Amino acid sequence: MAELGAGSLHGGELAFNYQERELNERLKRLYPAVNEEETPLPRSWSPKDKYSYIGLSQNNLRVHYKGHGAGLCRLASKVIRVASKVIMCFVFSDHAGHGKNHKDAASVRATHPIPAACGIYYFEVKIVSKGRDGYMGIGLSAQGVNMNRLPGWDKHSYGYHGDDGHSFCSSGTGQPYGPTFTTGDVIGCCVNLINNTCFYTKNGHSLGIAFTDLPPNLYPTVGLQTPGEIVDANFGQQPFVFDIEDYMSEWRAKIQGIIERFPIAERLGEWQSVLQNMVSSYLVHHGYCATATSFARATETTIQEEQTSIKNRQRIQKLVLAGRVGEAIEATQQLYPGLLEHNPNLLFMLKCRQFVEMVNGTDSEVRCFTTRSPKSQDSYPGSPSMSPRHGASNPHLHGTGADSPTCSNGVSSGKNKQSHNKFPGLSSSSSSSSSSPSSANYSESNSTDSTKSQQHSSTSNQETSDSEMEIEAEHYSNGVLENSSTRIMNGTYKHEEILQADDSSLGNGLAEEGCTPRLLCGGNQAATERMIQFGRELQGLNEQLCREYGKNATHKQMLQDAFSLLAYSDPWNCPVGQQLDPMQRESVCATLNSAILESQNLPKQPPLMLALGQATECLQLMARVRSGSCSFARVDSFLH
Amino acid sequence: MACLLEAPLRISVLSEVTASSRHYVDRLFDPDPQKVLLGVIDMKNAVIGNNKQKANLIVLGAVPRLLYLLQQDSSGAELRTECAVVLGSLAMGTENNVKSLVDCHIIPALLQGLLSQDLKFIEACLRCLRTVFISTVTPVQLLYTDAAVIPHLMSLLSRSRRTQEYICQIFSHCCKTPDHQMILYNHGAIQNIAHLLISFSYKVQMQALKCFSVLAYENPQVSMTLVNVLVDGELLSQVFVRMMQRDKPIEMQLTAAKCLTYMCRAGAIRTDDNCIVLKTLPCLVRMCSKERLLEERVDGAETLAYLIEPDVELQRIASITDHLIAMLADYFKYPSSVSAITDIKRLDHDLKHAHELRQAAFKLYASLGANDEDIRKKIIETENMMDRIVSGLSESSIKVRLAAVRCLHSLSRSVQQLRTSFQDHAVWKPLMKLLQNAPEEVLVMASSTLCNLLLEFSPSKEPILESGAIDLLCSLTQSESPALRVNGIWALMNMAFQAEQKIKMDILRALSTEQLFRLLSDPDVNVLMKTLGLLRNLLSTRPHIDQIMSSHGKQIMQAVTLILEGEHNIEVKEQTLCILANIADGTTAKDLIMINDDILQKIKYYMGHSNVKLQLAATFCISNLIWNEEEGSQERQDRLREMGFVDILHKLTQSADPSLCDRAKTAMQQYLA
Repeated sequence: MAELGAGSLHGGELAFNYQERELNERLKRLYPAVNEEETPLPRSWSPKDKYSYIGLSQNNLRVHYKGHGAGLCRLASKVIRVASKVIMCFVFSDHAGHGKNHKDAASVRATHPIPAACGIYYFEVKIVSKGRDGYMGIGLSAQGVNMNRLPGWDKHSYGYHGDDGHSFCSSGTGQPYGPTFTTGDVIGCCVNLINNTCFYTKNGHSLGIAFTDLPPNLYPTVGLQTPGEIVDANFGQQPFVFDIEDYMSEWRAKIQGIIERFPIAERLGEWQSVLQNMVSSYLVHHGYCATATSFARATETTIQEEQTSIKNRQRIQKLVLAGRVGEAIEATQQLYPGLLEHNPNLLFMLKCRQFVEMVNGTDSEVRCFTTRSPKSQDSYPGSPSMSPRHGASNPHLHGTGADSPTCSNGVSSGKNKQSHNKFPGLSSSSSSSSSSPSSANYSESNSTDSTKSQQHSSTSNQETSDSEMEIEAEHYSNGVLENSSTRIMNGTYKHEEILQADDSSLGNGLAEEGCTPRLLCGGNQAATERMIQFGRELQGLNEQLCREYGKNATHKQMLQDAFSLLAYSDPWNCPVGQQLDPMQRESVCATLNSAILESQNLPKQPPLMLALGQATECLQLMARVRSGSCSFARVDSFLH
Repeated sequence: MACLLEAPLRISVLSEVTASSRHYVDRLFDPDPQKVLLGVIDMKNAVIGNNKQKANLIVLGAVPRLLYLLQQDSSGAELRTECAVVLGSLAMGTENNVKSLVDCHIIPALLQGLLSQDLKFIEACLRCLRTVFISTVTPVQLLYTDAAVIPHLMSLLSRSRRTQEYICQIFSHCCKTPDHQMILYNHGAIQNIAHLLISFSYKVQMQALKCFSVLAYENPQVSMTLVNVLVDGELLSQVFVRMMQRDKPIEMQLTAAKCLTYMCRAGAIRTDDNCIVLKTLPCLVRMCSKERLLEERVDGAETLAYLIEPDVELQRIASITDHLIAMLADYFKYPSSVSAITDIKRLDHDLKHAHELRQAAFKLYASLGANDEDIRKKIIETENMMDRIVSGLSESSIKVRLAAVRCLHSLSRSVQQLRTSFQDHAVWKPLMKLLQNAPEEVLVMASSTLCNLLLEFSPSKEPILESGAIDLLCSLTQSESPALRVNGIWALMNMAFQAEQKIKMDILRALSTEQLFRLLSDPDVNVLMKTLGLLRNLLSTRPHIDQIMSSHGKQIMQAVTLILEGEHNIEVKEQTLCILANIADGTTAKDLIMINDDILQKIKYYMGHSNVKLQLAATFCISNLIWNEEEGSQERQDRLREMGFVDILHKLTQSADPSLCDRAKTAMQQYLA
């Protein structure tokens, strides 16, 4: 409000920004299910989609009737039009002069149609002036409906008129509907996309259902007919007079009630065993061996996979997540002979990662050169909490492996880069939320060990500087599903915690090297040489693969990215430094885990995540096929 | 022979049933307390959900024994608790069960039990008390006979969620009169219960909410206190508003809306407050929708009718909200033709609520149409509306008849409707029938409606007269009830307005002068006013005045004198002076005033009165007496000049009041001419 009062040019601008921000916030709160990238929400009247008698002002929110205006050409064209509809003129022969004729009617549509994913959509129009006769119509129309009319007169057009209070449902004759409205009144129009009805409000009072069986993709529309008529729209720029959120809450409760009370009747037992299997398989998948065993015991279910197999997978996963990829490869070759041989792409991916970890100084191939860090120190029995959580957090990661089309339909299309700029607001908020709590967590977890306090501070520094990377990582890991799923992930799985666990495990390796800044291969000369040598081997492997299987663009890119790290003096702060983020291990880890499971004839993805992905996809599909209830059946409202 | 055979058979069946029940009762008398306990537990399991078993046990005398065990300290906490549980279970049965329990003095015994220290036992007693008190057969007064009970219940409110739930439920069922409200209020009910509104338990919340609704009903003191109560830093009205959110359970929304309605009607919340206009009213309209249960729709409509009754703005808002007027038309469609075919259970349910629905709809229509002509028009234009009212007037249910006549009364305030729909549907017929033999509350409404139908422009006036309305109305004026006397005389007054000579004479004859004068000394000022109004209407147009004055002149003059001398308010005196002015307009009747010095002195007095209205009426009277071109005007002018009236008139021409000034000047001109 202070900005509004400023009076300077800047003041107006600030007020506009303020209004814009409020609009964004309100729209996000009202219509959380709408993906504006796909289906933008109406935010103003369209300067293009209007009849010429209509004038727009105030950021295209104010509509006024300007009539034929000057200009002989326009007059001439009107004469011609009138002549062609002589009969019409007779019908309305009692109307004389400007605004008296139905031909004087003019409408404007909003910039976008109402997305079905709104579930319930609402906008308000304030009558600033009723002008000469107050022939104003407020309503909805489909694209292409004649704009030289008031809303409601034509097919796919619906309106509530101020002069007589009638509702017009695609017809020239109105039905008695509500009170008349005039200067000072605020008329609201609510579209329920769940049952395809519409009701209006006057000054905050609901007037009851006006239309049923509405078609999809309607635009907010207003029409005016006589000089002096002025109306202002509120698409969410300001608080609404009518309590629309209360109405929405009723429908949210209704839809959730339907879901919660979904009849399963005599299939209750069946459901229970399905649920138990889902939980059990999820635990097994991620290698929560002990938990899975006790769960199986309690529910009297059986686990398909053998205990040792689960433990083996768990061990390998932990190695990858600790950045010791070389050991992980060794272990895999030992425990699952033939797996990597049959899967050269996976092997290459692992080797690339191993190279990155060498740069990082975490892989055992380079760590053995550093005297100060005996191997025993970073063997992980001491930190059991860390690794499986990674897997848990990234169920969708399996899809990132180039060759494995994942759970859901329509997922892989255009997943690559789309996430980057879609939700600027979202990513900034996630960056702040992920960096601060994690550092808090960190200090807590280490508070017992006083010797580590220094290391602690250095790591948390690193963490803040890395926050940009974390975001990237988040997008990357979520890139599988489309954007709205990003939000689900953020809400449900606590990335920061996971990252935290990772950092502390990383800390075991890194900080032992001393408090010095991070150095290539831990700063050891021999290690660096070993790394260079390994790089050559990797290059050789690539060439070999090219010979055997033909060129592979993905491999080339991977290799290029990995080698690029050497081009910078500080690889951690360079354009490709993101690779060094421990988060990046997760995708590799998940791909490896899936491959192992697949080789054992077990599902490469836990059914629970499959179901979750399925549900999320279904909701998005519902939005596309215009089933409004999807907006009140959010997957995340059932995840706690 | 058949009869003989049948009797023993029935006995044997009965004895078979009672034998098993007998066994349970016998075990209550076992000397081993442990066995008694087991017996009671078995009994508990046996009676759950079994009304027959419950009745048997009561017949076999289990109740006194259970009560005895419950009251003995020696029984031990567990046994006493189980006894209370079994008694509570018995109370869950039929009304007769509850009656038997109450007859066995269960209530004092249970109240005594509340003094125990054992929470489980207290809860069991409260649960049983709750069950007994929510039955309609239990006299609520039993809760108040011992003055110590209420404070003790208040103190138990802090013990557990169960005690909170049961106690609130007892309060809400036992608070039936203003006295009850004040007892609970004076014992701190508001402070003790307010915080329960934000309890974690829905049941506690609901019972607390119900408590507030009964406490606030028509009670300004409670309501004024409620608006200032804070619950966890939030105003109570805001807590209620939150409870009306649309995702809350319907029961909660409805009860919260009732609380706010009662607080508003008691004057604690303004009718233009947003929590009424934007929250309570729309919430109640929603309760009337087809989606709600029949009970909820009845409750919603009645509460809404009560809320909007005195406020035209609320009536206007309600009339445009969610097509309420059309929505109410649906209330008349039960039992629907569908329900009769589909299933008998549904039909039964519909039938049970059909009366309630109709009367609720009539009530709400009555409130909606109380003040606004446009709304009345909308109501009457609703499908078959007049037919529904007409048939409602002759329904068997008194509640429906009363509501229908209320609705009719509300609509009868419309001049246009009186001339059209009312005439088309001959509503006067069922109305007259209703007046013949009806309970007082119906009579009050019906006669009040009749008053409107007898207005001069109403086409119903004629047929009503012909159907013997005069005698009926005259008999109403002799009623004990002031409201009926007012309506009777009011209707007669309307009837006499610009009526023909015959009707006026009929009225006078039927009423009798004795009754007329009795009414002139009626303690109810409204009756007096309307009687004077009747007199004034009777005494209009010159021939009528002369005729009536020639036959009843003496008594009328007497009555007038009496009233002018008596202690009456300005309006009464004004009306009386107007009657005198009418008399002064007669030809022969004038003399009755001229020969009456006393009256002339009084007129003179009122011409100099401080109240302009009285001055005007008195001046009007004199002006009539001295009017030129009438026989004997000269003598009258002279006589009145002698009495000093001219001086007064002269003074009045200087009056600050323009109409009085004009009136005096016109009178003075009579002398100048």
